[in-house]
Amino acid sequence: MKRTHHASFLGSLFARVLPLLLALGLFSSAHAAGGGIPWDKFPTNRVTDLAALQNGAKLFSNYCLNCHAAAFMRYNRLRDIGLTEDQIATNLIFTGAKVGETMKTSLDPKDAKDWFGKVPPDLTLIARSRSAAGQGTGADYIYTYLRTYYRDDTKPTGWNNLAFPNVGMPHVLWELQGQQRAVFADEKDPHDASKTVHVFKGFEAITPGAMNQAEYNLAMADLVAFLHWMSEPNQNDRKRLGVWVLLFLAVFTVFAWRLNAAFWKDVK
Amino acid sequence: MAEFKEAPAGASVGTQLTTWAENRFPTAFDAYRVHLSEYYAPKNFNFWYFFGSLALLVLVIQIVTGIFLVMHYKPDAAKAFESVEYIMRDVPWGWLVRYMHSTGASAFFVVVYLHMFRGMIYGSYKKPRELVWIFGCAIFLCLMAEAFMGYLLPWGQMSYWGAQVIINLFAAIPFVGPDLSLLIRGDYVVGDATLNRFFSFHVIAVPLVLLGLVVAHLLALHDVGSNNPDGVEIKAKKDASGKPLDGIPFHPYYTVHDIMGVGVFLMLFTAVIFFAPEMGGYFLEYNNFIPADPLQTPLHIAPVWYFTPYYSMLRAVTDPMVNVFAVLVALGAVLAVLKGGFSNVVKVAVLGSALVAIFLLKTFDAKFWGVVVMGLAVMIMFPLPWLDRSPVKSIRYKPSWMKVLYGIFVINFFVLGYLGIKPPSDIGTLVSQVGTLLYFGFFLLMPWWSQIGEFKAVPDRVTFQPH
Repeated sequence: MKRTHHASFLGSLFARVLPLLLALGLFSSAHAAGGGIPWDKFPTNRVTDLAALQNGAKLFSNYCLNCHAAAFMRYNRLRDIGLTEDQIATNLIFTGAKVGETMKTSLDPKDAKDWFGKVPPDLTLIARSRSAAGQGTGADYIYTYLRTYYRDDTKPTGWNNLAFPNVGMPHVLWELQGQQRAVFADEKDPHDASKTVHVFKGFEAITPGAMNQAEYNLAMADLVAFLHWMSEPNQNDRKRLGVWVLLFLAVFTVFAWRLNAAFWKDVK
Repeated sequence: MAEFKEAPAGASVGTQLTTWAENRFPTAFDAYRVHLSEYYAPKNFNFWYFFGSLALLVLVIQIVTGIFLVMHYKPDAAKAFESVEYIMRDVPWGWLVRYMHSTGASAFFVVVYLHMFRGMIYGSYKKPRELVWIFGCAIFLCLMAEAFMGYLLPWGQMSYWGAQVIINLFAAIPFVGPDLSLLIRGDYVVGDATLNRFFSFHVIAVPLVLLGLVVAHLLALHDVGSNNPDGVEIKAKKDASGKPLDGIPFHPYYTVHDIMGVGVFLMLFTAVIFFAPEMGGYFLEYNNFIPADPLQTPLHIAPVWYFTPYYSMLRAVTDPMVNVFAVLVALGAVLAVLKGGFSNVVKVAVLGSALVAIFLLKTFDAKFWGVVVMGLAVMIMFPLPWLDRSPVKSIRYKPSWMKVLYGIFVINFFVLGYLGIKPPSDIGTLVSQVGTLLYFGFFLLMPWWSQIGEFKAVPDRVTFQPH
């Protein structure tokens, strides 16, 4: 059961061009995680693909809710992406919560601090809060983050990440992606010949995962689509409604303009 | 009862009803005539004259959306953030009300800045409209306070830390600073007490004051009559029945005209609400989607875009800049003594106060003077009617180079705003310092530059093309 909505060309153009124009040239030094590589672009058309969103919901409740909460997101809101309450209760709730409750985690904050050093952040709004001017949207960041984990035995978890160096979270999805190693090379700093920089050259696979790279990228796109949708479940309706509102106002303004002209004809 | 008007025999029910009402509440009907159907406004209003009515519209939008938000919002540090997400997700149409309110806040400043700029270019603050301008400046101050306090309410990271930074500025005021900050915060740190009192001020106290000031602003305007792009006083030329020759009744001509303006404005407003409510992080800052954490300082704390020009000026006041001020004060005093044509007593007073000022400049922290400069940047708008010594009101009849000067002022304001968004840098600080001097120079030197040059002849009738 797949419904795709088409926000009007003008609507999505406005939504992307206007903030882009504002963000052009504004390079904030406030990186999402203190350093890290430039972000890949998340394929935004997935947010209107119900099958993708449902797959993302599946991945989210299986892999993320063990440690992260989504405390502002109600389980039964998933009806908006085409699931029935039965389907949600049977397949997506593992904590014994009722379908009208919010997505809390069973991880005790004290345990979290002991095991990871800090409490894993709530994920309801993660796709909105991680956006950065000049770098990309929060969805771009998370899409990059989930795909750039590599093995690093110098870290307590055994994992490191290119988008969030020295992250405290291990690679939860390693069984799907497989294990990879990052290859760095020391090169001369282009801005200062006396310094060397550690440049990322590529990944080297160690063991394969259940999915190949293309499948994993698609799965991550689905998961990020879900996170993006969850951060604002109304967004697709908002854009659809906006087209009609603007059309109405355009017609209204044309009438207002002609009415004004009719009155002002008498003014000499 | 003997003075009651009688409806004519066989009058319609509507006429009978209005007669009944007018007999018991003639004030309302007189007000309709004085302020709408018989308020004669100049017929040559242009694009710049839409923004007053738009400001009133946005005020109403903010109040009505605010009323609905308060039905669901919880002003408690433990519940505020969650209640906003509840409004966004679970309250039917809550997301629309929230976006209207957040976009409305930014729209208010766009509209008000343009409205003020109209006043500046057409000399709408000059006699007899000085008080209209002063009420307007007071409205601007209240608006800044209202926006600042409203921003704390979602209790996000930027809400919390932005409030922390700005309230700490008040602590820099000598002698009263720490106690004043305690009063503002309601506690020793920004917390639940702060949220509660900001909620009270944002929802009731400041809106009441704002409404009172807006009424005063409009009544004072209607008492003296509106200015126009030519700066011609239309009341100077009246017809036989006492109506200004260049005036037209506000209703219906400007009511229908402003409805057209509202249509265009709403198209822009709703385009933002429905397609880009975050506006690239400028209307809804990304960091504010993280609940406030007193233990985690954001990498980069910046005020919302409409405060950034003033924030730039605050950051520009460093120790070297204070020395520049000291030199300027000395220069100003010397010039005043040599060229001011003052009496000896006044000359001594000027030199004495300059010495005191320089002493104070070097005694207090640069941080304190930054706060002073930021406050003065807003306060300097108040005395504009007396700083402007131009013989003509409107920029249309001033020497062409003055148009360039106004253009530089506008560009400077934008540059200061842009720099206020960025983290501090050496080159940024230098440019803001130049920008601060340009900004204050524009106003403080106005008594001198506004009289220089060849002014064009102002016509005695407005320039108007029938259409």
